[in-house]
Amino acid sequence: MKNENKIQYIYGIADNALILGQRLSELCGHGPNLETDIALTNMALDLLGQTRSYYQYVAELSGEGKTEDDIAFLRTERQYKNVLLVEQPNKHFGYVITRQFLFDIFHLLLLEKLQNSEDERLAAIAKKGIKEVSYHQRFSSDWIKRLGDGTKESHQKVQEAVDDLWTFTDELFHSTEEDQIALDHKIGVDTIELKEKYYQKVKEILEEATLSIPETKWFQKGGKQGIHSEHMGYLLSDLQYMQRTYPNMKW
Amino acid sequence: MSKKEIKNQADGQSISLEEIFDQKIAQDEKIEPKDWMPEKYRKTHIRQISQHAHSEIVGMLPEGNWITRAPSLRRKVALLAKVQDEAGHGLYLYSACETLGVSRDELYEQLHTGKAKYSSIFNYPTITWADMGAIGWLVDGAAIINQVPLCSTSYGPYARAMIRVCKEESFHQRQGYEIMITLAKGSPEQKEMAQDALNRWWWPSLMMLGPTDAESVHTAQSMKWKLKRKTNDELRQQFIDQTVPQAELIGLTIPDPDLKWNEEKGCYDFGEIDWDEFWQVVKGHGPCNKERLSARVNAWEEGEWVRDAAMAYAEKQEDKKLKKAI
Amino acid sequence: MKNNWPLWEVFVRSKNGLEHRHFGSLHAADAEMALENARDVYTRRNEGVSIWVVESKNITASNPEHNGELFEPANDKVYRHPTFYDLPDEVKHM
Repeated sequence: MKNENKIQYIYGIADNALILGQRLSELCGHGPNLETDIALTNMALDLLGQTRSYYQYVAELSGEGKTEDDIAFLRTERQYKNVLLVEQPNKHFGYVITRQFLFDIFHLLLLEKLQNSEDERLAAIAKKGIKEVSYHQRFSSDWIKRLGDGTKESHQKVQEAVDDLWTFTDELFHSTEEDQIALDHKIGVDTIELKEKYYQKVKEILEEATLSIPETKWFQKGGKQGIHSEHMGYLLSDLQYMQRTYPNMKW
Repeated sequence: MSKKEIKNQADGQSISLEEIFDQKIAQDEKIEPKDWMPEKYRKTHIRQISQHAHSEIVGMLPEGNWITRAPSLRRKVALLAKVQDEAGHGLYLYSACETLGVSRDELYEQLHTGKAKYSSIFNYPTITWADMGAIGWLVDGAAIINQVPLCSTSYGPYARAMIRVCKEESFHQRQGYEIMITLAKGSPEQKEMAQDALNRWWWPSLMMLGPTDAESVHTAQSMKWKLKRKTNDELRQQFIDQTVPQAELIGLTIPDPDLKWNEEKGCYDFGEIDWDEFWQVVKGHGPCNKERLSARVNAWEEGEWVRDAAMAYAEKQEDKKLKKAI
Repeated sequence: MKNNWPLWEVFVRSKNGLEHRHFGSLHAADAEMALENARDVYTRRNEGVSIWVVESKNITASNPEHNGELFEPANDKVYRHPTFYDLPDEVKHM
């Protein structure tokens, strides 16, 4: 497998961790109480830690003296390959938890497969990530239940978030050209295979949370091709601010 | 009150609870939550511990301001972990305070209504990345000087919280100083950024160690209860003496023309602190007092439905369990 | 004030072989959340391998005012300690 293909494949996984980590880190200091604030930050730290492992690997693969930071901060918007779901804003805690939940279930299924990748580095990163993401899934699933089956207000709020974010779930399973190449080389994961399990698991928990499953058949896509929502530009302008304003410096 | 007096059975003499209490303190014994304590001791501790806790969580905001814009992934995770630690420290301190019979919600109420104070330094804005360096280096540096003696303070839960806080904070100051070193060694723009941050944070950091001894109302009593081991002026001197060489080492200049080594006293002489500014900020007229408080209030109010939901859910689950049991 | 999360006490075993030690307290709506919060708050630096949580109100504590009657009677029971007993010097370890 060509390095460039592999790099693109890794972006498809790693950028999700970066962008979701960035979103979660916006919340530090603003959580509904201290305990939850600390918990959300732990997840942000896990995701950013995973991001660094992936990007350090990408930096090695691409040579040219690149660093993890060049990769994290100095690409154009179209070059980020995260799914639309993870870039959605922290509209309220219901959105934060629903976004997390809808991603965590996928993320864990993905890593469980990725740990068998024939690429040893990716397999190792996945293996380590599984432990972290298992906890994320536990945390977000528990909160989905609390909000769904909590008060009338919380039920309505989290239902609103589920309804709004549902449209981004199908993209999780889209297979890009790079995905296909990686799969052919036994490096990547066949995401389509995960789909049934994913929706089964998600529905199970939503039902337990007394939430209804949206019936929409229309799904949004584009993130994996680098075509993002309007939110992404603002996220990147924060993320990239220092590196763009003061190029070629050490921090 | 009959509680006030107990019999000392050995010699038949009466010794008051207050005397026993004073003896304990004098012998460096700890006071624990259920022990008898003078009301003034309780109140003073609630005030100081909660102020300390408030400072931790308000202190998350100026640094939180830069998490999303941190210039490298390494810096981002370090800053995130540091700000998260502050939440943890707030939590330990609120917990210590709760052992004195006041709930965290009541303490929040005091903060949100402006009744309670927090460290004024957090009312200054963080306007460049170098401010992350300056805060870690100077503000945490000053905080550590304040906090280390509290590890052996008389109130057990406070002392235990402080031991944990100090242990965890050991990386905070290094984190900040490392940012400053990197900037000072960097491009001219970076060096300028570092110097500018030092210029803006130096004086507020000195003020952070509290009003001069002559102005300080609480010092004598606090010394007795080991809420303080050294006076504000002594702490300030210690801070200056330890920080000046660190600035010199990385080629930054302390923004004080009167600063010079006093051979005779073996410490630095320094210029006049602008106490008018200090009191102005304490009284709520600093650059960011309003923003800081409203950020806290918003987080709390916007979180209410979340906290309510969790409680409602817990109660439902409890009911289900009970029904099953029947 | 109905909706305030109750207070929980957290006990952590730092590593196998050691007892659970009181680490501090926190707020949580239920036991499951208390465990998760304890994990997030008190084991961020690898401090534990096992956590206990118990709602603070379920702890019964002795009253320090009774410390005299509770604990002082044990003071003079010196015969409970090995040093109370005389042994010939020849017996080095017992």
